[in-house]
Amino acid sequence: MASTIRVRATSSGETTEVQALIQHPMDSGYVKDAKGDLIPPHFIQELTFEYDGKSVFVADWGPAVSKDPYVKFSFKGGKKGDDLKISWVDNKGASDTATAKIQ
Amino acid sequence: MTTPLDGFPATRRLILKGAGAVALFGFGRLSLGPALAAANDKYPEDAFKQKSDADAIKSLYGKTAEASDKVKLDAPEIAENGAVVPISVSSTLADVTSISILVAENPNALAASYRIPVGTLPSVANRLKMAKTTNVIAIVEAGGKLYSASKEVKVTVGGCGG
Repeated sequence: MASTIRVRATSSGETTEVQALIQHPMDSGYVKDAKGDLIPPHFIQELTFEYDGKSVFVADWGPAVSKDPYVKFSFKGGKKGDDLKISWVDNKGASDTATAKIQ
Repeated sequence: MTTPLDGFPATRRLILKGAGAVALFGFGRLSLGPALAAANDKYPEDAFKQKSDADAIKSLYGKTAEASDKVKLDAPEIAENGAVVPISVSSTLADVTSISILVAENPNALAASYRIPVGTLPSVANRLKMAKTTNVIAIVEAGGKLYSASKEVKVTVGGCGG
């Protein structure tokens, strides 16, 4: 299966800017399907970014985060060519992990 | 004027205070302790279940926020599509440890909470769903205190379906 995580991490020398786009339905539990049945909640709860063995950013999400969520942040340090590890876990226990090279 | 601690009255007062605290917190707030610990290292499940923004902030941080112009909340005046509203929060405060975003009129107010370790800049951008026209509240935790900013977003088409 192709990765659900797309990340671009760009180093400016001093800081590294990270933009991530994740494929996930982020169902809130309040929306009905075509038959009128409620679609049960299904959303990413925790998204973690790790650099050099330490987490540099942790997102705790509720179902109000938009479908196919996007997030952007920056951290100090981060060298070009180094790895940034990204992982998420959703409320059903599914998860995915990806590693991106800092550009 | 405070009287010196002369044993009996102070003890009695303490006992009464203690009883009051048990009465206040012992009833229905058993989850308070774990919820506070959760704000730092675990997914804050309870905070996301709270309906109102005030309850969610209390569950997440255990304290209230004061409005501050050092919290910058960027949100559109009008969102045509409530399913995808770009929101960004940044701050000029020092020692920021977390940033949370709440959408007051959503069924559950807390939308996202970000942990900011040392070395990460206090700035985050994301996209949120909004059920209808609502106040959006940004909370920044810095140096153990809470600061907030809020803005109204007019939503033309709600993002919660139905």
